[in-house]
Amino acid sequence: MKKTKALEFYTAEVGKPLQMPYFENGVSAGFPSPATDYLDAKLDLNDLLVEHPSATYYVRVIGDSMIGAGIVSGDLLVVDKSLEVSNNCIVVAYLDGEFTVKRIKKTKTKMFLNAENDNYKPIEITKDMDFVVFGVVAHSIHHFV
Amino acid sequence: MIGLADCNNFYASCERAFNPKLRNKPIVVLSNNDGCVIARSNEARALGIKMGEPAFKIKSLIDKNKVNVFSTNFALYGDMSDRVMSVMREEVEVMEVYSIDEAFLDFSDLVDLDRALALIKKVKQWTGIPISIGLAPTKSLAKVANHIAKKHTKKGIFILDDEDLIKRALNVFPVEDLWGVGRKYAKRLKQSGIRTALEFISADEGWIRRNFSVNAVRLQKELKGEKCYDLELTTQRKNNICTARSFGKEVKSCKKLSEAVSTFANTCATKLRKEKSCCSKISVFITTNPFKPNAKQYHPYITLNFETPTNDSMEIVNMANKALEYIYRDDCVYKKAGVIVGNTTPQDEVQMSLFDTINRDKQKKLMYSVDKINMLMGRDKIRLAAQGFARKWKLRQEKLSPCYTTRFADVLTIKI
Repeated sequence: MKKTKALEFYTAEVGKPLQMPYFENGVSAGFPSPATDYLDAKLDLNDLLVEHPSATYYVRVIGDSMIGAGIVSGDLLVVDKSLEVSNNCIVVAYLDGEFTVKRIKKTKTKMFLNAENDNYKPIEITKDMDFVVFGVVAHSIHHFV
Repeated sequence: MIGLADCNNFYASCERAFNPKLRNKPIVVLSNNDGCVIARSNEARALGIKMGEPAFKIKSLIDKNKVNVFSTNFALYGDMSDRVMSVMREEVEVMEVYSIDEAFLDFSDLVDLDRALALIKKVKQWTGIPISIGLAPTKSLAKVANHIAKKHTKKGIFILDDEDLIKRALNVFPVEDLWGVGRKYAKRLKQSGIRTALEFISADEGWIRRNFSVNAVRLQKELKGEKCYDLELTTQRKNNICTARSFGKEVKSCKKLSEAVSTFANTCATKLRKEKSCCSKISVFITTNPFKPNAKQYHPYITLNFETPTNDSMEIVNMANKALEYIYRDDCVYKKAGVIVGNTTPQDEVQMSLFDTINRDKQKKLMYSVDKINMLMGRDKIRLAAQGFARKWKLRQEKLSPCYTTRFADVLTIKI
């Protein structure tokens, strides 16, 4: 490129992109879509379901013990570890060697893990149990198709 | 004050975060190809398992003590590291991520102990990962403080600020555990009678400069409380990106070697795109097994240039294969290969070559789509045919835990 002095070449600066809104319906000569003035970002489900991204984990459940709470076998739970455990919240907990999902019920002196299905009895949490809360269930995602 | 936050037994803690059964149990994590121990839980350390020990040598120890063994799960560790770092960033604005499990924190406006303790608690609650924090006037002393926090405190925090305390701490601190002192330096220091950090800072500066390096002088100053290193706040664009692996099984055929090299080149290209960089040169190397001295030894290395800097997988893989053709010999058996891309420039400052024949816009869109799909569906779901399918050279990862946080197919499944 630099061999001839009579003629100098310059490379085009094409690397820097120009930020422009993206017009889905292209540019045509006809009447412009009146909606293009109202271009907005698309909805992102993360905004709705994930309040604390660094504390959010997903868990798949199998079983029917939480049917009354609307958690069905195969659902995907959105679990937020940043939330404090309070009475009536649904938690993913580790109890004596197994993970489970249940609703926390606190009385003045006792704490229970309650199922939402009459076939399952409440489990009283006692001091000799190995019990840790993994996180609070914030949402359940159910698949229909 | 500078704080050094360090995750406790990070890899083992990541495994524990999703598997509480592992609490208080010995855990070891093995290197690529399940070769050597690269991480241990405290319980495994107590059994006498050492870092770097080959797995086959400690097999009976592992079986006898029911040690839980894992292959390296970098997808999991990388994601958990991101989480830990972003939780800390919410609390401490100015920080330098130093490694996968360590960060230097600017604590100048965070003097009270309660806030530091709250940070430890928050990281533990949000991620399940325990961390320790060492606080001191310099980075090198913060490292020392962190060691003490880990070994000798329950809450995981130690402040090393007054002169007398620093002296007492350095007096019992082994010189080989100091920041940046490698095995070689430690050996030479010990030969000169320097065993502790206190003996190191008492040594003559000129002597240190002559016998070691300017970095050793800086370390000495830092341990005396004089700041030589500031927090590095802007992440430096990497000038070189290397992907190299040893093979699960030795490789002889050019085709299999080419599949491996193509995969490494593709990984480099993906990393470049993630950093929004382009490279202008590529090096490829292959090596035979140095532990088989009777076999023919051959370690060639070649570098080729790109006319226009690129981060396009196809171009980079093509060039990598061209390089491999130059150096491949069919009378050797290979144990390892690697690809290094270098001379990087930011992708929006690339100078185009006038005689460029590639439709770069089209390629850019294609790569963008490939990256997006692979991010959703898992690494290398879409790959170049050159990468092959059989992957006989692939890593041995027999004890890999699920990628709990990065693949929907791998999330925790719970019977309720």
